[in-house]
Amino acid sequence: MTTHAPRTAQSVTLPASLDEAVAALSAMPAAVPVAGGTDLMAAVNKGQLRPAGLVGLGRISEIRGWRYQDGHALLGAGLTHARMGRPDFAALIPALAASARAAGPPQIRNAGTLGGNIASSAPTGDSLPVLAALEADLVIAGPGGARREIPVSHLLAGREMLGPAELIGFVRVPLLHAPQVFLKATGRTGPGRATASVALVLDPARRGVRCAVGAIAPMPLRPLEAERWIGSLIDWDGERGLEGEALTAFGEYVAAACIPDPAPAPEGEEQPVLSPAVLHLRRTVAALARRALGRALS
Amino acid sequence: MSNDAATTAMPQPVDSPRPEAPAHGLGASLPAADTRAKSEGTFPYASDLWAEGLLWAALLRSPHPHARIVSVDTSAAVEMPGVHAVITHQDIPGDGAYGRRIADRPVFASEIVRHHGEAIAAVAADHPDTARLAAAAIAVEYEVLDPVTDPEKAFAAEPLHPDGNLIRHIPLRYGDPDATGEVIVEGLYRIGRQDPAPIGAEAGLAVPRPDGGVELYVASTDPHTDRDLAASCFGLEPERVKVVVTGVPGATGDREDPGFQLPLGLLALRTGCPVKLAATREESFLGHAHRHPTLLRYRHHADAEGHLVKVEAQLLLDAGAYADASSESLAAAVAFACGPYVVPHAHIEGWAVRTNNPPSGHVRGEGAMQVCAAYEAQMDKLAAKLGLDQTEIRLRNVLATGDILPTGQTVTCPAPVAELLEAVRDFPLPPLPKDSPEDDWLLPGGPEGAGEPGAVRRGVGYALGMVHMLGAEGTDEVSTATVKVHDGVATVICAAVETGSGFTTLARQIVQETLGLDDVRVASVDTDQPPAGPAAHGRHTWVSGGAVERAAKMVRTQLLQPLAHKFGMSTELLQITDGKITSYDGVLSTTVTEAMDGKELWATAQCRPHPTEPLDESGQGDAFVGLAFCAIRAVVDVDIELGSVRVVEMAVAQDVGRVLNPAQLATRIEAGVTQGVGAALTENLRTARGVIRHPDLTGYALPTALDAPDIRIVKLVEERDVVAPFGAKPASAAPVVTSPAAVASAVRAATGRPINRLPIRPQAAVAVPNS
Repeated sequence: MTTHAPRTAQSVTLPASLDEAVAALSAMPAAVPVAGGTDLMAAVNKGQLRPAGLVGLGRISEIRGWRYQDGHALLGAGLTHARMGRPDFAALIPALAASARAAGPPQIRNAGTLGGNIASSAPTGDSLPVLAALEADLVIAGPGGARREIPVSHLLAGREMLGPAELIGFVRVPLLHAPQVFLKATGRTGPGRATASVALVLDPARRGVRCAVGAIAPMPLRPLEAERWIGSLIDWDGERGLEGEALTAFGEYVAAACIPDPAPAPEGEEQPVLSPAVLHLRRTVAALARRALGRALS
Repeated sequence: MSNDAATTAMPQPVDSPRPEAPAHGLGASLPAADTRAKSEGTFPYASDLWAEGLLWAALLRSPHPHARIVSVDTSAAVEMPGVHAVITHQDIPGDGAYGRRIADRPVFASEIVRHHGEAIAAVAADHPDTARLAAAAIAVEYEVLDPVTDPEKAFAAEPLHPDGNLIRHIPLRYGDPDATGEVIVEGLYRIGRQDPAPIGAEAGLAVPRPDGGVELYVASTDPHTDRDLAASCFGLEPERVKVVVTGVPGATGDREDPGFQLPLGLLALRTGCPVKLAATREESFLGHAHRHPTLLRYRHHADAEGHLVKVEAQLLLDAGAYADASSESLAAAVAFACGPYVVPHAHIEGWAVRTNNPPSGHVRGEGAMQVCAAYEAQMDKLAAKLGLDQTEIRLRNVLATGDILPTGQTVTCPAPVAELLEAVRDFPLPPLPKDSPEDDWLLPGGPEGAGEPGAVRRGVGYALGMVHMLGAEGTDEVSTATVKVHDGVATVICAAVETGSGFTTLARQIVQETLGLDDVRVASVDTDQPPAGPAAHGRHTWVSGGAVERAAKMVRTQLLQPLAHKFGMSTELLQITDGKITSYDGVLSTTVTEAMDGKELWATAQCRPHPTEPLDESGQGDAFVGLAFCAIRAVVDVDIELGSVRVVEMAVAQDVGRVLNPAQLATRIEAGVTQGVGAALTENLRTARGVIRHPDLTGYALPTALDAPDIRIVKLVEERDVVAPFGAKPASAAPVVTSPAAVASAVRAATGRPINRLPIRPQAAVAVPNS
């Protein structure tokens, strides 16, 4: 009987620090870093991925928690969704906590991490619209103790990528001390992937509303004009409340910005229309954005 | 699903259960014998099987739903180190086509691929990954053909199969074809593709025997049929193929696809080694049979008082590429197309057609569930048009014992339909959240969802469903069972497979009841035992349970005859309780052990219910042995902006004949309702031009604990069916049939939208402004 079997993971390293992990990746460029493994192991089980080596990030204690840094929170990439969902974290960054609680069943939340959610960059990643709305930055660890910072949106849009042997170490999130909302529409009552999600944060210091729509495009979408318009309507020094009509208009503004009408057809051709499914998605985004703003201002 | 539905709802029924439930025998809530093993993870499922030196099998499946196979080159796979055998259609010694009902399905596609995932070749190798890689290395040249995916186009399309595209057509005509009613409502309904999604995917082990035969260790639900299919495929006598049933991880349809078992046995015979196959979830979705997607067109005629005059319907079942159980499903759909209502005139046309969609087959409640969703939607429409209450329109038309079905069959069994509907109607509604503010209100969309109380509307809907029991249309429904008593222990030997339906528990209860012995064991199943038939349509409760009872009674007579002779009285005057035999007057008494005197007592008996006949060319005939009925009231909350639906409560009243095991009955009903809720809201195996999309449990959303509603068993009507052993009716299928229609009715009430498609898509449950 032969011993031929496809190459399974030849080596598993369990570094204790971020720099050790980077060094392990430099030493073996074919190795794949693994944190919660909720996406990676599914790909392995499906036979789509057969890593030559694994660098486990689970024992790096410096990325399992968070600390404060000049008005920001520096979140370790190894924070699990379960940890982010807890009340102490929710008091700090409410929308991120809400998205973590909405992300999948408890088994997934116990294992899946913030950094993994960013690295996988799935369109339905629940933390991504929140990070986009917060305008979070990533602290990326590279060989030789190098650290560089990039906006999370640059990575999600593919403008800047992780280089060889680089790892997402931390996520720098501004502490806004104001209401934040994350709302997610799914097809069921139990845990499910988002059909659309909206993250909305108030930034009273900059007198702005920032909003990102997730799950409807490969990356979260920011309706910048709608944000500016609604930010100008809010009385930041007073009650902050808005009339129902303004909330509705904001919802429709956001939805139309994210799911625009088809471009006008050339003369003589039939004007294309949105399919009923897309119209429903647009209505869903409008309702989510309206509700999110309403809750943030209430 | 919450267990408290069983415990809190059971004491509430209007007919409260017997005050003191016995500890054993019929009527006891005897727990299943395998509960502990299953909860501790020691229960041996087929995927746990192991044999020294086993090889792993993998199948090569077609990525195309319809293609001509130009060539298959296995050389790359054969040459891979670690590969022991690669087989295609050329390597089948026996019959290359199989089918549980009609042998129209190739084990390996040879010229034409007819559905996405159809097997083309199989590999045995010394590692599962090697087997998969080798299967992927087989070079197949396809000439891709246009798939026929719209069943309406199958009639005119080129034949997809030598047998043609029309599998069966039933034109049912009953009464006067020209009758018309004063009020007419019409509708077009679509039912999606539900998958049985067994929690354990298919797995099995084939072990070659020294005599040239083979043993198949599989989680079969119909071992003798699978044995016969295997023997004919392997070119062996049936005696040289043995199917051993391993632990079945749940089954709500034909559990195992012979498409797995046959390549497994072929590979074992070819290599001389044990061969194991454990399907991935994706393969499981590709391989096994689904519920028939159905298109239904209805026209109901009624008089001004709401009495039904005539039902016209056209039913089109999408069978996929092969016939499988389509003929039976169509018969059920046509026969029950009018529902449990008295209809003087009916004209129902039903067709089952071949397409290149995934294969359809037996999933419990097949045929009956699809039509229930449609005829109940029609009853709602009729109620709205006549300004009648939803329950009133139904009560004016309900079927009762002695009425005639549109198939011409007289309903001779108990049919307490009105009583069931009144029970759910009169059960108190669940409180509105504003009435119990201390409770957390679980909004549609879930605990972390986007639900907003102001956008939530509550709806209440009703449905009545009916389903047949046992095989229909002349199927020989027979089961054989043996009961052995030795040393104070009774053993039941019966080839009825325990699928989770509770048959082994019931068998123990029957023997306890008849022989007064507590210690009853049920032997595991293989095909050396006499056949007991498939586990479907509740047949084991009825026929296998009946056979066990007869065998137990025969043992009882053997045991008591000598004593009765000695005491000079008939055996009927003796009774056995707790291992003691006493005479009716208590004067004479002895123990079972003493009476046995070291002997072993055996008896074998059969149960065969009265015969049925096929539906004739106008859909007439006594096709069914028995019928069971169910009424469900659904309460739903709908977020009318997002279209998200949460089923709050399902109140169930069911016609069960007799309660044999209250706890088990409650779990069967809860499981059935939950499966029905899945079909109503989320379960639909989607395809794009015949290719299955998202064949995984993320894409195919089964109900989770949060999706499952509170299930209240409001009433269990115990009117014994005199022709059934113990008078009991099987209970699993009726709630599956009825629940989707009830949920749709409630969503209709909440949103004012027509809801003519299942599962209900969010955009269909949005109350659109200006409408």
